[in-house]
Amino acid sequence: MRSLKAPLRDPAPSRIAYRIQRLWLTPMFHTLLKVWLPILVVFGLVAGYFSNADNVAALRNKAADIRRSIQERPEFTVKLMAIDGASEEIAEDIREVVPVDFPISSFDLDLSAMQDRIEELDAVARVDVRIRPGGILQVLVRERIPTVVWRNESGLDLLDAEGHRVASIASRTGRSDLPLLAGAGAERAVPEALEVLATAEPVKQRIRGLVRMGERRWTLVLDRDQRIMLPEARPIPALEQVMALQQAQDLLARDIVAVDMRNENRPTLRMSVPATEELRRIKGLGPGAGDG
Amino acid sequence: MMDLYSSQRAMRHMRKAAMQRGVIAILDIGTSKIACLVLRFDGPDKFRESDGVGSMAGQSSFRIIGAATTRSRGVRFGEIDAMQETERAIRTAVQAAQKMANVRVDHVIACFSGAGPRSYGLAGSIDLQDSQVTEQDVARALASCDVPDYGEGREVLHAQPVNFALDHRSGMGDPRGQIGNKLAVDMHLLTADSDVIQNLLYCMKRCDLEVAGIASSAYASGISSLVEDEQELGSACIDMGGGTSGISIFIKKHMIYADCVRMGGDHVTMDISKGLQIPFATAERIKTFYGGVVATGMDDRDMIEIGGDTGDWEHDRRTVSRAELIGIIRPRVEEILEEVRGRLNAAGFEHLPSQQIVLTGGASQIAGLDGLAPKILGQQVRIGRPLRVQGLPQAATGAPFASAVGLCLFAAHPQDEWWDFEIPSERYPARSLKRAVKWFKDNW
Repeated sequence: MRSLKAPLRDPAPSRIAYRIQRLWLTPMFHTLLKVWLPILVVFGLVAGYFSNADNVAALRNKAADIRRSIQERPEFTVKLMAIDGASEEIAEDIREVVPVDFPISSFDLDLSAMQDRIEELDAVARVDVRIRPGGILQVLVRERIPTVVWRNESGLDLLDAEGHRVASIASRTGRSDLPLLAGAGAERAVPEALEVLATAEPVKQRIRGLVRMGERRWTLVLDRDQRIMLPEARPIPALEQVMALQQAQDLLARDIVAVDMRNENRPTLRMSVPATEELRRIKGLGPGAGDG
Repeated sequence: MMDLYSSQRAMRHMRKAAMQRGVIAILDIGTSKIACLVLRFDGPDKFRESDGVGSMAGQSSFRIIGAATTRSRGVRFGEIDAMQETERAIRTAVQAAQKMANVRVDHVIACFSGAGPRSYGLAGSIDLQDSQVTEQDVARALASCDVPDYGEGREVLHAQPVNFALDHRSGMGDPRGQIGNKLAVDMHLLTADSDVIQNLLYCMKRCDLEVAGIASSAYASGISSLVEDEQELGSACIDMGGGTSGISIFIKKHMIYADCVRMGGDHVTMDISKGLQIPFATAERIKTFYGGVVATGMDDRDMIEIGGDTGDWEHDRRTVSRAELIGIIRPRVEEILEEVRGRLNAAGFEHLPSQQIVLTGGASQIAGLDGLAPKILGQQVRIGRPLRVQGLPQAATGAPFASAVGLCLFAAHPQDEWWDFEIPSERYPARSLKRAVKWFKDNW
């Protein structure tokens, strides 16, 4: 009698299965298949994708889109510019040199370039440009303060204490509160000029201006066209000497044309012509006295 | 013979290569099961106990990382009968063991039980050229053994020098470097049918395995089942397998005799099958569950259902008492043991100083054998199981795995065989360059 049950499955592996299992257990083949093959496949896929220029462009666009969408979020939007520490006029100038179309993303603002551009303005001593929370472009300006008026070849300029040009003015009367400098090279010696002017405080009412002579020394010009010629070196002590004479003997009220302090060992007074003649007359010298 | 000599040499090289790779497989091709163990060698320093006891028989330097057993097919009397079937069975075992070990094995050491092993004792002696014994002298002494005419179609399976004698001193393990005039050697030669060996080698080649050694399973069982003093003093190991019962006699830690009785557990099963008219598989199951060799009064009332598939109610409801079953089993077991006794007597076992007999193998598990065996084999009989090796699964520690475990030890520490020694210079071909080099070495 034949068995009606199906014969039991043969537990023996087929030759192929046996060989495949042995191959699989070979260490080198195993690592090849489990490590290097996936690496190779992934690398190949990526390389294949990027070898197509369209794909690269599409990917770039996508990246740019994402970047744009982040930049355009309201958190990064700058809505207005606030200028602090500047007068109306300078604020106008600043708005002119850094034209910004609000609203704009903060990623699109080149703050350091803006700062450089604003600092190029004469009237601006220092500027801080930053973006404040709340989408405000904050421009903190420190203006140059005009301290002197400088008359030069091209007209009248306002200079600050360091001699930097601040602005031009049309007429002296516009800023009659500031002292007047004149002469070429005056702008390079403004601090010294200010010191000189401070020393000449006792005769402040009479000062008309300070002239730079030959780009090396100062001459203080008073009204009645009186001049105090100061030396190139150490002008302050010389002027102090004159001021002492003025205080003691009221020197400058007398009829003299110039006080020449250029040689500190030999201060010289130049009197006006009538005064000289009068002196001669008094002394009994000179033509007027001798004759008369 | 030179052919197998060189192929044995090649196997030794293969074994060396396997040791270098660190993984080797053990294949026990038996009649009832094929066992495959995968060994990993990690060098002698690994797995060493901290208590300073060195490795015992070398088995501590390896561990078993894969083990698989499968029912053997196409094997009869320990010989390959249907090669395709055997190949499939080997593939099953090797694949399962590889899967457990998770490593690929290329080298395999195999053992088999059949092929009619026959033992020869060889003796040779030479006069030493110098007074000191060199490796060349050992090789020449081995070569001087007069090889018996072991017949056409036989091949040498083992050729182990078991004893060296220098002048009047005998029983030396290693004569190298010692002073003397005459070197004598005793060698144990085990031959087997070459067809069987060739079939086995071919079968393993078909499974893409490189054979790194081949051994008789009787020898392997002896290595694993006999304890050290038994091996030293003289004892016999009876490996009662499925189709054959292997006999190996050891003394001074050398195998001096091996034989094989072509009867085993399968014959017992066949007797049950024939006697009770039941299928072979059922007979095997009944033998395993209810088998025994000593009947008691209780066994007359112990009825065993033997079943059937015919559809005939009377036939399918047959029962048999356990006493009847024992009545079938016992004569065959007695026959096997008597045959073994006869072989031992023929080998002169009674002249050994100690006559310990150890029964192992699958058929030795039959209940009551420890009562029956002393009546036939003498008083010094015990049932043995293989010694423990590291990593062996619990299921593979029993007596049926004696030869597999022995083969592990054989793989780790092989006995020096003839082919491990140098070829004596006279044996080189006349025009060999090696011979010229040798001549210069010897004469300058």
